[in-house]
Amino acid sequence: MKKHLVSAHDLTAEDAVLVLDTAKELAQVSDRPVKKLPTLRGRTVVNLFFEDSTRTRISFEAASKRLSADVINFSAKGSSVSKGESLKDTAQTLQSMGADAVVIRHGSSGAPYLLATKNWIDAIVINAGDGTHEHPTQALLDAYTIRKHLKNNEGDLKGLKIAIVGDILHSRVARSNAILLKTLGATPIMVAPPTLLPVGIDSWNGQYSYDLDEVLPKVDAVMMLRVQQERMNAAYFPTTREYSRNFGLNAQRLKTMQKHALVLHPGPMNRGMEITAEVADSTNSVVIEQVANGVSVRMAVLYLLLGGTNNESGDNN
Amino acid sequence: MSANSRNSARVVLESTDISRALTRIAHEILENNKGSKNIVILGIPSRGVPLANRIAEKISEFEKTNIPVGSLDITMYRDDLRLKPPRALAPTKIPEGGIDHKVVILVDDVLFSGRTIRAALDALNDIGRPAMVQVAVLIDRGHRELPIRADYVGKNIPTSMNESVQVFLADTDENQEAVIISTGDQ
Repeated sequence: MKKHLVSAHDLTAEDAVLVLDTAKELAQVSDRPVKKLPTLRGRTVVNLFFEDSTRTRISFEAASKRLSADVINFSAKGSSVSKGESLKDTAQTLQSMGADAVVIRHGSSGAPYLLATKNWIDAIVINAGDGTHEHPTQALLDAYTIRKHLKNNEGDLKGLKIAIVGDILHSRVARSNAILLKTLGATPIMVAPPTLLPVGIDSWNGQYSYDLDEVLPKVDAVMMLRVQQERMNAAYFPTTREYSRNFGLNAQRLKTMQKHALVLHPGPMNRGMEITAEVADSTNSVVIEQVANGVSVRMAVLYLLLGGTNNESGDNN
Repeated sequence: MSANSRNSARVVLESTDISRALTRIAHEILENNKGSKNIVILGIPSRGVPLANRIAEKISEFEKTNIPVGSLDITMYRDDLRLKPPRALAPTKIPEGGIDHKVVILVDDVLFSGRTIRAALDALNDIGRPAMVQVAVLIDRGHRELPIRADYVGKNIPTSMNESVQVFLADTDENQEAVIISTGDQ
């Protein structure tokens, strides 16, 4: 494994399967009377969140604590960042406090990359979502959830077709998922109105479509993305009703899908917009389970990046 | 990984010897605990697991019952985690009924420094509270670094520190079965 996890590109197929296998074993910890392992005792994990988040931050916090790491939560609100402190100065402050890992979420694409490559800090860097770039641990937990249901929790995702539907343009989840799914041998299919597909979608060398109804019967899982109102600074579609009618997942559309097909959503859901309440609460939906799996997967990532020797000899395994 | 690839290697136990040792250990466990009641056998991956299964099979056969058997991965409890690159985890399978108020027999292939058993004791602590913990090993090679001993030993083999003891089992090593001591650059 590489030292940092900034992009889903940092993971080879073997690395990704190792993370998923490790997560599978660590998932058992949640069922035990003592939900804790001593593995990262004495290590410090800083949750550096420049952007709001509920589940990702809590998930990382729970994962760190279950591995006995010390957790420091940092949110931009109420910190010196609101006084204009730069990322570099913030990073160096964390360095001198002895952070061993920095979990960073930032509104600007590339902030984790800067942190990982600029030698401001020795800590390992885990990207918890940067701008419209990537969110690799979300992709890992989606892959874990899909593998658990459709591949008996073993190996890779060869042969599966997964539709990713919605705001592909602004979605870091979509980008990381597209990369990781390909790495694991699955075929991602992007579905969105033309305005919400990024320029250069051809170079993602996955498939894409503008027609949800045509794609749904073919896929083994569908990943609904949140329509990110906060990033909708141009008229990407005429009305939310029209979007919902063409690209929302409702009960009728669910009926056209294969019986075993899964419905995923990274949350938070806009019920009634990209997904109806009926579908979100249906038996095909694994949205709640994704949250639980997120903790296991993040434990696996923290263990694999932080559990052994740092980078001296750790690169060759 | 071939059993006879090293020049300085010698075989100390062959397949039949291993089988006899496990049979004796199974009998000793029954004798010591006055039967098989409350016994849970946990193997430590990787080679402790097939050994645990075989001991449990033998006891089940002698006693005409089903002895609960499982595995206990101790990777996350090791004290040398930070000295090496992260290891892949092995499955932990605790039999139904858990380990509370049970006699847990930990099974491993080689007892050396005792650190694996220490880690296993820590791991057990997080899973439940056994009435008693006993340790069974196929080989005790000495050189303990902690105050830990085995209750059941297949064979005591005094070794020097620059020797290495390797256990090959039919289930994990492509049907080769032997215990081999080799010297030299390990």
